[in-house]
Amino acid sequence: MSPATDDFALFGLPRRFALDRGELDSLRRALQAEVHPDRFVHADAAARRAAMQSAVRVNEGHARLADPLKRAAYLCELAGTPIRAEDNTAMPLDFLREQMTWRESLDDAGSRAEVEAIAHELENARRLAYERLAAALDERRDFAAAAQEVRALMFIERFAADVDDRLVALEA
Amino acid sequence: MALLQISEPGESPDPHTRRHAVGIDLGTTHSLVAAVRSGVAECLPDRDGAVILPSAVRYFADGTARVGREALAGAASDPTNTIVSVKRLMGRGLADVSKAGRLAYDFVAAEGMVRVRTAAGIKSPVEVSAEILATLRQRAEDTFEADLYGAVITVPAYFDDAQRQATKDAAELAGLDVLRLISEPTAASIAYGLDNGSEGLYAVYDLGGGTFDISLLRMTRGVFEVIATGGDSALGGDDIDAALADWALARAGVVAGSAGDRRAASMAARVAKEALSSADRAVFACSVAGARLEQPLTRADLETIAKPFVDRTMAAVRQAVRDAKVDKSAIDGIVLVGGSTRMPLVRRAVHEFFGREPLTNLDPDQVVALGAARQADALAGNPGAGDLLLLDVVPLSLGIETMGGLVERIIERNSPIPTARAQSFTTFQDGQTAMSIHVVQGERDLVADCRSLARFELRGIPPMVAGAARIQVTFTIDADGLLSVEAREETSGVEASVTVKPSYGLSDEEVTRMLGEGFGHAEDDMAARALREAQVDADRLLAAIASALAADGELLPAEERASIERAAAALRASRDSADRAAIERSLKALSASTEAFAAERMNRGIRRALAGRRVEDL
Repeated sequence: MSPATDDFALFGLPRRFALDRGELDSLRRALQAEVHPDRFVHADAAARRAAMQSAVRVNEGHARLADPLKRAAYLCELAGTPIRAEDNTAMPLDFLREQMTWRESLDDAGSRAEVEAIAHELENARRLAYERLAAALDERRDFAAAAQEVRALMFIERFAADVDDRLVALEA
Repeated sequence: MALLQISEPGESPDPHTRRHAVGIDLGTTHSLVAAVRSGVAECLPDRDGAVILPSAVRYFADGTARVGREALAGAASDPTNTIVSVKRLMGRGLADVSKAGRLAYDFVAAEGMVRVRTAAGIKSPVEVSAEILATLRQRAEDTFEADLYGAVITVPAYFDDAQRQATKDAAELAGLDVLRLISEPTAASIAYGLDNGSEGLYAVYDLGGGTFDISLLRMTRGVFEVIATGGDSALGGDDIDAALADWALARAGVVAGSAGDRRAASMAARVAKEALSSADRAVFACSVAGARLEQPLTRADLETIAKPFVDRTMAAVRQAVRDAKVDKSAIDGIVLVGGSTRMPLVRRAVHEFFGREPLTNLDPDQVVALGAARQADALAGNPGAGDLLLLDVVPLSLGIETMGGLVERIIERNSPIPTARAQSFTTFQDGQTAMSIHVVQGERDLVADCRSLARFELRGIPPMVAGAARIQVTFTIDADGLLSVEAREETSGVEASVTVKPSYGLSDEEVTRMLGEGFGHAEDDMAARALREAQVDADRLLAAIASALAADGELLPAEERASIERAAAALRASRDSADRAAIERSLKALSASTEAFAAERMNRGIRRALAGRRVEDL
């Protein structure tokens, strides 16, 4: 397959945010059934190498499409609006304030119930952000707005991972 | 290494004859070999009808070795020459194994992997394992009265790169053609899934003699897809035996001073532990320091001793379920593998966590070898092997050392394999032409807390001012879970040469030397063998290309096909000459002529997979 092929074309999927994860997984299985190195154990070295590269490419594409945030960032990039998270850190003040408040409440939370309450609130914010992201990408095709939403979600996901770690620590 | 006879690789494979491919479970306490015969996977017995080969090797002063039950008989009387649980030493350094503190061997400090001094000389764990593998290979060849086509060897899912590489080296040393390394829990799931026609999400809990794995897999019509894996490659029934022995000796107020006493005590503990899987009471009985010792104990005593170990397995189970991002209620079944899962305590803990009864209808000792045999049969391309595909993951994150001893992660754990990641580096001195990359594996942020895998030295970087070079380094993990590294300088397109210094492995030179010692023959034998190998490679490549042309030849434009056929004719012409260099040149040329064809074949595969699916969206 040509390296220029984008992930959506590779999986034969339409270039949009909405995606059926079960279908994506089943496409990965179907593609690997054709190109996995196990299918070319007896083949010549060039075929074995090509199989290896193709299998790597399928896994890489699958990983990018399966994760909603990576998929959104990828769509923005394909549309010519890269996320550039490292040099584009300017976030709306309200958003930053909300982040600060969450961080502080997680620091102060002592009980499992308190941490769970934060997790719940965070989950709502996360769901709403993904809904806005989906609308920006698939309905309005406003990639600048989508990229901004992706950057916000990167903060949210990072915080969600910290909340999750706290919950696990409380479990132990 | 007298036992290791490496046979000539087989004649060019005839598509009409069945290829004899085996699955080998190279276990901490015992090993098995299995094969598919008449459509059924079965473990191959030795002459006495036993399928289990104890993973024990006893060395003698005349340089010979005995493997299995015979060797085990010497475990207590001749402990330093009788190597058991060698799997725990694979890909490990002296510091790792002295931490374990219980192994009775005469260790030798060596760079990289630990060595053991025996009556037959200093042995690496790779050589010891090769003795076990060679015994199983011999058993299989005696059974088939034919040479083996190849083998699938199982490794714990949680084995790191050094441990996997050591296993592959051992197999090569034993004269086995390794078709694939596969994970033990994955192998078990194949045996289980194919025999029961199971579909859905399964957890495989595999507690063996020295290793623990937990894998979550999805089974869908012959595809076995690992979602997440976890474990501890130094946790198993051996540890419970050792703790039980300590407990019993302390109770009796006896100290096991000698290596032989310690070995005798662990063996007695194992007998008592196994008895307590079905009985409520047992006696720990052995001779220590010349005195007979009998210490009665109850199952409750054993469970108190074993609980910390079982708790550690359950912590890994929780982590794997979390990594899989699934709810444990979504799991359709739990398969138990490994002899240690016979302990009622283990079964209770697993049952309690998953809220359902684990499946135990397959022999936990044999299931891994049986699954490996199925995969070997499929990889050998035998008719009737069916559509079987394993999609596995890398168990541990892979990273590189950066400033301040910190780890920069390159490939995350549980990434599906094969996988590759490229990373750019630059030089920090004017005219710098070489650099070293330290690769580590593990989940911690500090290099010191991860396992060192290897240092890759890149040489041949074109001299430039500091910071001008762009060295693109690609880390690839293949379908065996093994890492390789390639590097090129982007601005000049120069390929940097990469040499590997494994931290706990054998270098390529050492493996080559051991292979040579295995023959113990003169130079001309080596040359004859190299020629023979080149001819076999030529036959294999010609056969592979013929079948590729038969399958997909119409993809080729006429002139490209003609050029492949010219290169094939040239190889056929040089094949029967005694000129190895000429054969190798023609091999290379034919291989190169098929690059574009190979890529086109992959594209066709992809189109075939997508055809008929979602046509409306394309």
